[in-house]
Amino acid sequence: MIVKILGGGCANCNRLEALTKEVLDENSVSYDLEHVKEMEKIMSYGVMKTPALVVDEKVIVSGRIPSKSDLRSLLIK
Amino acid sequence: MFIWLDNLITLLTENVFKLDVNSAVGSSVHFFFYDTIKIIILLSVMIFAISYLRSYFPPEKTKKHLEKFSGITGNIMASLLGIVTPFCSCSSIPIFIGFVEAGIPLGVTFSFLITSPIVNEAAFAILLGSFGWKVALIYVASGVIIGVIGGLIIGKLKPEKYVEEYVYKIKMGESEPEKLSQKQRLFFAFDNVRDIVKRVWLFLLIGIGIGALIHGYAPQEILAKWAGPDNPFAVIISTVIAVPLYSNALGTIPIAEALIGKGIGIGTALAFMMATTALSLPEAILLKKVIKPKLIGIFFTVVSIGIIITGYFFNIIL
Repeated sequence: MIVKILGGGCANCNRLEALTKEVLDENSVSYDLEHVKEMEKIMSYGVMKTPALVVDEKVIVSGRIPSKSDLRSLLIK
Repeated sequence: MFIWLDNLITLLTENVFKLDVNSAVGSSVHFFFYDTIKIIILLSVMIFAISYLRSYFPPEKTKKHLEKFSGITGNIMASLLGIVTPFCSCSSIPIFIGFVEAGIPLGVTFSFLITSPIVNEAAFAILLGSFGWKVALIYVASGVIIGVIGGLIIGKLKPEKYVEEYVYKIKMGESEPEKLSQKQRLFFAFDNVRDIVKRVWLFLLIGIGIGALIHGYAPQEILAKWAGPDNPFAVIISTVIAVPLYSNALGTIPIAEALIGKGIGIGTALAFMMATTALSLPEAILLKKVIKPKLIGIFFTVVSIGIIITGYFFNIIL
């Protein structure tokens, strides 16, 4: 799957990135992860709260860091 | 509200540490433990409650509301929504661009950008712990008034030309806002408590430690003379000192609590608090991505003047 973290490099954005990697690795999902920092691109997803998580071009989390189990159920279908 | 804690710490000070609470060292020890526990309880409870409420007011919703208002009503609504909309400095740029893209006037956007950081749950909880309900509510009201007036003034100065051109070209995409479950909202609130406490606890302990020393040892007459309501420069000096400090520095507010016991003005303390939260260098650096230095200058000047006037006002009336 293609995973994008949207956020200008703040501490919470990095936390979300680390947590996402952790969940995907633990469930042996293969993925491409990109950390999008350009405002133009972030805004093109219609997101006003960072950090946000985009999976296959769909925003699934914005403005919060989910718990690990929450994120697992969002990512692993 | 915290008489039980006061009594408990008095017992601790007198029976465990064998100190008289009326002595200098005893009153310092009492102040330190009492304030630390009280503020940590208030901070956790307030952040949790307010974050939970805020999960119902995402900026996307705020934006939709603001599109409906114009003129001063727009500024007032923007400031009021600034109280409840979750705001972390890392979101200030997307919120700014989102508002501009939706055609919300810049003056209204600035009302939001001024009030939102001033009125935050950590500042509210610490003020509540140090000075009580009246001062905490006055602080919120002042934050709204400074936001409304500041936004109106900035709007009158025709700031559109000071916004970076690329901002006007950004097209916002559409996305369905997330529907959160109760469990997700509660976790969001809990995570905020953890995040904010982790950022401010050290500053808070240092602030309470210094506050405790002042409480027990600082001579009243000297402080009242230098930083009391009668010193015409006290408010200006505390505002200027606060600007380069990041909002974590609001942990130092217990110093002000101790100082007020020694006769400094409460307006001086409120001005310090507002300036640490609303005007910070990291915030300016972030804003520089979307607005030109001249508008940042105007923004800082207008807000500083507003804070200083508020400080003097409260030194006179309280």
